[in-house]
Amino acid sequence: MFRRERSIPLRGSAAALCNNLSVLQLPVGNLTHFGVVHGPSAQLLSAAPEGVPLAQRQLQAQEGAGVSPPLITQVHWCVLPFRVLLVLTSHRGIQMYESDGSVMVYWHALDAGDSSLVQAVFARGIAASGHFICVGMWSGRVLVFDIPAKGPNIVLSEELAGHQTPVTDIATEPAQGQLDCKPLENRDCVADMVTADDSGLLCVWRSGSEFKLLTRIPGFGVPCPSVQLWQGTIAAGYGNGQVRLYEASTGTLHVQIDAHARAICALDLAPEVGKLLSAAEDTFVHIWKLSRSPEGGYIEVEHCHGECVPDTQVCGARFCDPSGSSFAVTGYDLAEILRFSSM
Amino acid sequence: MSVRTLPLLFLNLGGEMLYILDQRLRAQNIPGDKARKVLNDIISTMFNRKFMEELFKPQELYSKKALRTVYDRLAHASIMRLNQASMDKLYDLMTMAFKYQVLLCPRPKDVLLVTFNHLDAIKGFIQDSPNILHQVDETFQQLTEIYGGLSAGEFQLIRQTLLIFFQDLHIRVSIFLKDKVQNSNGRFVLPVSGPLPWGTKVPGLIRTFNNKGEEVKKAEFKHGGSYVAAPKEGSFELYGDRVLKLGTNMYSVNRPVETHMSGASENLAAQTQESIAPNPLAKEELNLLARLIGGMEIKKPSGPEPGFRLNLFTTDEEEEQAALTRPEELFYEAINIQATQDQQTNEELARIMGEFEILDQPRRSASKGDDLLAMMDEL
Repeated sequence: MFRRERSIPLRGSAAALCNNLSVLQLPVGNLTHFGVVHGPSAQLLSAAPEGVPLAQRQLQAQEGAGVSPPLITQVHWCVLPFRVLLVLTSHRGIQMYESDGSVMVYWHALDAGDSSLVQAVFARGIAASGHFICVGMWSGRVLVFDIPAKGPNIVLSEELAGHQTPVTDIATEPAQGQLDCKPLENRDCVADMVTADDSGLLCVWRSGSEFKLLTRIPGFGVPCPSVQLWQGTIAAGYGNGQVRLYEASTGTLHVQIDAHARAICALDLAPEVGKLLSAAEDTFVHIWKLSRSPEGGYIEVEHCHGECVPDTQVCGARFCDPSGSSFAVTGYDLAEILRFSSM
Repeated sequence: MSVRTLPLLFLNLGGEMLYILDQRLRAQNIPGDKARKVLNDIISTMFNRKFMEELFKPQELYSKKALRTVYDRLAHASIMRLNQASMDKLYDLMTMAFKYQVLLCPRPKDVLLVTFNHLDAIKGFIQDSPNILHQVDETFQQLTEIYGGLSAGEFQLIRQTLLIFFQDLHIRVSIFLKDKVQNSNGRFVLPVSGPLPWGTKVPGLIRTFNNKGEEVKKAEFKHGGSYVAAPKEGSFELYGDRVLKLGTNMYSVNRPVETHMSGASENLAAQTQESIAPNPLAKEELNLLARLIGGMEIKKPSGPEPGFRLNLFTTDEEEEQAALTRPEELFYEAINIQATQDQQTNEELARIMGEFEILDQPRRSASKGDDLLAMMDEL
């Protein structure tokens, strides 16, 4: 069971975007950091366990030509082996900051070409994999940036072509964790990155100096706004309210949950315990427990908790600790971060 | 965000405007032929071919202020006049109604059904005018051509763009409060029961499959809501049952138009941000606006037909009171003064705005440059 904790006030309300909450837990000082997109600006804040906001910062998207100020599509902290970067994507480009948002270390402008005349141009979907940061594009491409241990010498090292429609989300997990449970001969095809798109298509990758496309899991006409990866299992949340779990290496469907009454907007995983969180526009947040079936070895699911956030079209939700004992939620038009922790 | 949003925003807000005007024309006992003329003039201006051409070009959304200028112009396309307080109220009601419809839309794609509900009702207003009917049907055709082929993902982007446009707008509307679809803090009620979006299954089932794809387990869980499957999908054809009721006319003689003004108290900071910050992009926006409004053909009231003033409030005193007590953050100020620096746009807009001001404000001097700002001040 979870109970509502004191919520954290925001300076501006959250925009109606999927995955509109990023959470970074740093062992130092017992602080939790939150990032939320308001529209043309994004807000970063750190809070002590009792929910008092201690530091706040506002970030803007880089200006460019256009009628209105560019809108931000996502903020996300990328935890790399030697550093943490904050990545902000917008309709103009990709901005990478030091983790507190104080210094911008890299700027990548989007090259729209002629397509800006007929379709929206943006970056969306951010994840770290090893010393790479991967960012999705409106065109379906995924840009891979090589990040040095320190300094601003960030290099665009690869462009991945797997999607035909705009990328929605990217999930990664350290390959090391999976290796132990795989036979030696299969180690080359360990999947450690999944990308999702507007058509619902998932692409499964093996990261490295050259990324390799392992398999594609076809969509079924609805977008897949959020995706997660845990011990070789893909969790995907769809526009029709379903959550589906696939074996990453083969793409086999193992679990299908009719989880929500409206489009899913966010998934998150608590890696230590294999708990999955799903949040949707139906005002509900559900928590699930994933496990391997003792007989067949395939993945199984159990429902643990359902939380209704009345009259709130949820747009972001994240666990606040690796054991999944607390989570935070943002909602469209709502100027606060709601927090819940287990009793 | 999506460059395909403006036509849907314009047509739905326009539809809501017509519902409200229709109701107020009846409530104010305006003679039937006169009321019909007003609606006919506005609808034929709204669906003017050249204007629609501009509207359907892929483009970003305008600011709330700039868009309001368009409706100001549209509401005055006939012999009817609205003063500032009534125009404010009209715009508040229109925007809150469409915000509600977008928020409650079951699937992003259903925003198209909401639009069709508005167009169906508009056709009802002008059923005796075959020429205007033809104009509306042409727009319907255009909508089907452009939006019929869009994917669910593209509609999701359109819906997100609309919701960002309406973000932080929490005006309380009495008809919504009475129906208990809006809370006293201005936020809408999101039901956790009733019909599901088309294509969504009743939540509560977990199915497990083995490596061969055979179902090996079926388990249920308690979702917390109580839903029923959608009976059928609404029709996207020219004529048909839309199933969805969002976007149909919610006003009637027994359900008059009323508003309670309330600023977004919880979000004052975010609201004022927009109006205080100098907007360096205003000039470019003004250019686009001039092009868009330039496409509107305004028929000047001619002949013996005398004009009249419509009041969105029950009495003139109420209207005056509303003008005095309107919360500051809800002012739609004049479009940025920087506009004067762009002579060409300035003249174009002055010409356009001048056209419609002539009869209303005969006391104005002829100096065009100063006039524009003065006129816009009044918007």
